[in-house]
Amino acid sequence: MKFSLSWLKSHLDTDADIQAVADTLNRIGLEVEGIENPAEKLKGFTVARVLTAAPHPQADKLQLLTVDQGDGVPLQVVCGAPNARAGLIGVFGREGAVVPANGMVLRKAAIRGVESNGMMCSSRELELGDDHDGIIELPADAPVGTAFSDYAQLNDPVIDVAVTPNRQDCMGVRGIARDLAAAGLGTLKPLSVAPVAGQFPCPTEIRTDDAEGCPAFYGRVIKGVTNGASPAWMQARLKSAGQRPISALVDITNYVMLDHGRPSHAYDLAKLTGAVVARRARDGEMVTALNGKQYALTSAMTVIADDSGVHDIAGIMGGEHSGCSEATTDVLLEVAYFTPEHIARTGQALGLTSDARTRFERGVDPAFLDDGLEIITALIIDICGGTASDVVRAGAPPVETRSLSYDPAHCTRLGGIEVPAEQQAAILKSLGFGVDANWSVTIPSWRRDMDGSADLVEEVTRIVGFDHVPSAPLPRAEGVAKPTATPMQKVERRVRRTAAARGLNEAITWSFLPESAAAAFGGGEWSLANPISEDLKVMRPSLLPGLLMAAQRNADRGASSVRLFEIGRRYFRKNDGTSDERLTLGLLLGGDKTPRGWASGKASRFDAFDVKAEVLALLAAAGAPTDNLQVMGDAGTYYHPGQSATLRLGPKTVLAAFGMLHPATAKAFDLAGPAAVAEIFLDAIPAKRSTGFMRAPFTPPTLQAVTRDFAFLAPDALAAGDLVRTVKGADKAHIVAARLFDRFTGAGVPDGQVSLAVEVVLQPAEKSFTDAELKAISDAVVAAAAKVGAVLRS
Amino acid sequence: MRTRAWTAVAVRALSLMWPKHSEKIVMTDLGQMQTDLVARIGAADSLDAVEAIRIEALGKAGSVSALLKSLGGMTPEERSAEGPRINGLREAVTAALAARKAELEAADLAARLASERVDLTLPAPEAPRGSVHPVSQVMDELAEIFADMGFAVAEGPEIEDDWHNFTALNIPETHPARAMHDTFYFPDVAGSNHKMLLRTHTSPVQIRTMMTQQPPIRIIAPGRVYRSDSDATHTPMFHQIEGLVIDRGITLGHLKWTLETFLKAFFERDDVVLRLRPSYFPFTEPSAEVDVGYSLVNGKRVIGGSEGWMEVLGSGMVHPKVIAACGLDPDEWQGFAFGTGVDRLAMLKYGMDDLRAFFDGDMRWLGHYGFGALDVPTLSGGVGA
Repeated sequence: MKFSLSWLKSHLDTDADIQAVADTLNRIGLEVEGIENPAEKLKGFTVARVLTAAPHPQADKLQLLTVDQGDGVPLQVVCGAPNARAGLIGVFGREGAVVPANGMVLRKAAIRGVESNGMMCSSRELELGDDHDGIIELPADAPVGTAFSDYAQLNDPVIDVAVTPNRQDCMGVRGIARDLAAAGLGTLKPLSVAPVAGQFPCPTEIRTDDAEGCPAFYGRVIKGVTNGASPAWMQARLKSAGQRPISALVDITNYVMLDHGRPSHAYDLAKLTGAVVARRARDGEMVTALNGKQYALTSAMTVIADDSGVHDIAGIMGGEHSGCSEATTDVLLEVAYFTPEHIARTGQALGLTSDARTRFERGVDPAFLDDGLEIITALIIDICGGTASDVVRAGAPPVETRSLSYDPAHCTRLGGIEVPAEQQAAILKSLGFGVDANWSVTIPSWRRDMDGSADLVEEVTRIVGFDHVPSAPLPRAEGVAKPTATPMQKVERRVRRTAAARGLNEAITWSFLPESAAAAFGGGEWSLANPISEDLKVMRPSLLPGLLMAAQRNADRGASSVRLFEIGRRYFRKNDGTSDERLTLGLLLGGDKTPRGWASGKASRFDAFDVKAEVLALLAAAGAPTDNLQVMGDAGTYYHPGQSATLRLGPKTVLAAFGMLHPATAKAFDLAGPAAVAEIFLDAIPAKRSTGFMRAPFTPPTLQAVTRDFAFLAPDALAAGDLVRTVKGADKAHIVAARLFDRFTGAGVPDGQVSLAVEVVLQPAEKSFTDAELKAISDAVVAAAAKVGAVLRS
Repeated sequence: MRTRAWTAVAVRALSLMWPKHSEKIVMTDLGQMQTDLVARIGAADSLDAVEAIRIEALGKAGSVSALLKSLGGMTPEERSAEGPRINGLREAVTAALAARKAELEAADLAARLASERVDLTLPAPEAPRGSVHPVSQVMDELAEIFADMGFAVAEGPEIEDDWHNFTALNIPETHPARAMHDTFYFPDVAGSNHKMLLRTHTSPVQIRTMMTQQPPIRIIAPGRVYRSDSDATHTPMFHQIEGLVIDRGITLGHLKWTLETFLKAFFERDDVVLRLRPSYFPFTEPSAEVDVGYSLVNGKRVIGGSEGWMEVLGSGMVHPKVIAACGLDPDEWQGFAFGTGVDRLAMLKYGMDDLRAFFDGDMRWLGHYGFGALDVPTLSGGVGA
């Protein structure tokens, strides 16, 4: 909502300057988004007279002018305008002035070899209009030497206020003036509306057949108007509001909308046939609106129509056909009340916004139909001439008075500020509320947003000023401070910082993916109906695509090594249709693991064991029982089938999947080299049971452990992990650890077999092992290994 | 010199005391012998040479060994006189051998170490430097600050239904605020009466919390939110943090104090100045937008002081209708709520100027603006890093 200071002062009697107005508006909840003085942009532009004009010696299309800018000193100016001539009074931009349209700073410069000391300006250059065919021509009596902004009465700052959706009453300048008056910035000037007596009965039948969508439709006809340009004062105000003047009739309806928050519509009576009716549209009925676009209507929408068809999408936008033009002589005025919810639904369905919709859907003052109609009528007759008919009132607006019972103490209880009851009453009255002795508060017709005592507290506190509300410390909770993060949040924090400590960089990538990327990773279960782009459409089923795209961008920037992780949700759907969001850690190692080095030689690449190490470390940080995990298959089709695995707790609970990315997946994401990736399903990790702070007693074994090495020949299909687990389980009483330390194929090992060497740690209990005991354990190890097909190497 | 003089006297005494054995023993001048041996040991230039002298003197057939053996043939008197002298000789020789050996070994070691010198200007293997994303860091900072005020961290789904995201927050279907939210929707599912959408704010967590917990409630709810909007300062996904307090007797004054305390703690400045402007959110009444004062330092806006104001927060007293929609009695319980952008707080505190870079995963950006693993925000160490 933009308006000039002078416009505001037409409603508000005040000496306040623009800054005081802006400060007060901010203080009372009408946020000032900007202040602009058009005169600022026109600094350095003055009314000037062209003294002489002569052809430029070097250029056919240019002239050499001498210009008097008021000091009597002729200045030489090169000018290309065809209308430049001696005696013309125009606008001169002197050296140092900035041309508003293009930001160019005017300088003394030679143009085709002749010095020019400034510029005579066109309307477009000064952003005053579109005209660029020649320089501005002012009337002969324009005072030479006067600042152009003063001459053109543009020295009137414009204020831009962001009106919140609850304050329809402030979508007109008068409403803003009322709020400022309540805040003590001046007094609201009385509004006197003199009804224009009808000279003849309204010749057009006006009716509402849709009491739900259009409870009230007031109107009248004005005959014999001349629809020329609106007066300069009105054009200036419309321009300050950011509106382009069109014609007097259109400008008047727009002006009253901006001045009083009261939208209306003027139809060219000659284009109408029969009764003008507010009714529901028929399904499929079409209308071409004033924006030139066609809209298909439904029976849920209210329209204004005559016998020939629809002329107006009620309360939103008029039709092209019956709009006023220069040829219009007779008009039908429509001042109606449309039900806000109804307008909102129609506007949403059509995707059509307008100044009228914005006001109607927020709820215009239902008690202002008569005044609005009279104000518009008076302006039309004043500006365009003509005579008005009687007023027709079809239906009735919802004007029943609402009241609230209010306890002034509520202000302290909710607002935390003591305001004397008399002051509260005075504030409410200044805003148009009625307050009686029992604190029954009647709500002004224009404050549809008031529906409870808390609203009145806000009215009082905002006018008093929130800055007067004293800060009050929140009382501390009794007792010992408890942890305020959930166990899952603590796991997330530990895992995040462990990953960072291990050299991984945390990224945050979009929750949504292109459909193809989601499909490659199992498919997304949530696809947006209105994505911002096809690249951001499907809620991710995996964190890997986002990381792969980030890795690809990094590679494009020349990064040789990428270590990224992200902690975020994957999105699935529960049976009941609600969302199932699973906290997951995604991890990607791409490019070089180590760069080439003087000691290490060539650069090395990441492999599946690098990512396995990360996964195990992160799982350990998350509190997962890493010693009990099984390495199994089924990591996913996007993994290298021979170099990927899942880590499971029991056969079903998958805690992580990891491995090398499938080359086809890498290619689909434009990744040049191999990448090792993993996902850790943080939500699947069982929560650690709390056992209190006390640790189990420390009881180190009294005797030293014994280490024995075993080398086996095994079929190369045997998983080393299975062998180690079997060996470890061969004698649970004595074997405390088993670790594979050598794997060998080649000379001495038959084809299809592999040599696996396992180090077994034996822990004696009370006394040292005897040779017989050691042999028994050793035999058990060998026997167990044999069961999985491994034979002790001789 | 003193040692030698003393030995010479002792040798003479020996010859006086045991005259009858004097012809059996080669009356060596022990002092001279020791002098010679010690000198030779000192001059030995290798461990082998030292060993050779040791064998010559202390070996089975060594000269000192022979003297020691001769003690066996002496009378007790002779032995008690000669014993200490001969043993003294042995000890002196042994000590000289050990000392020379140690000297030679030290020299060998020094020579070997000298040959093992490496150029330590050569680079060591590099460990990659990991980092924590600024959004995570700031969320941890906020959790720490609010934990100190007794707030727990609450969560809710990002894929929400329109009831939690709008209706329960007093934003009915036809409310203009719905259109202002630029909502991402999912297609309607047959048989479902709720429209599913991506939450446009963290406020639905207020609803979920009030519906599942009995007051008093103090929570913050950080998380991802989504709006169909994209330009230099807006991304379709960003992060918000919501705060909610529901209790008896909570007023706008408590809200003001909480926000002041939070922002001062977050920016770690006492001169953080707040300006509460009345505003409108359907789910709070009264509502306030909160501006924070800034100063210009080298042309950059720095929070603190009041040279200018920037809007950072939306807040207000929870609307009675919202409290009632959650099944609580608005006459008994009241409180406040606030919400702000986490990404924006990060930008204001740490100086990033492009929101889009937050979600690009550029390693250079992550390294530049990211935080170390051990930069854990703590009250004792300061929440900022």
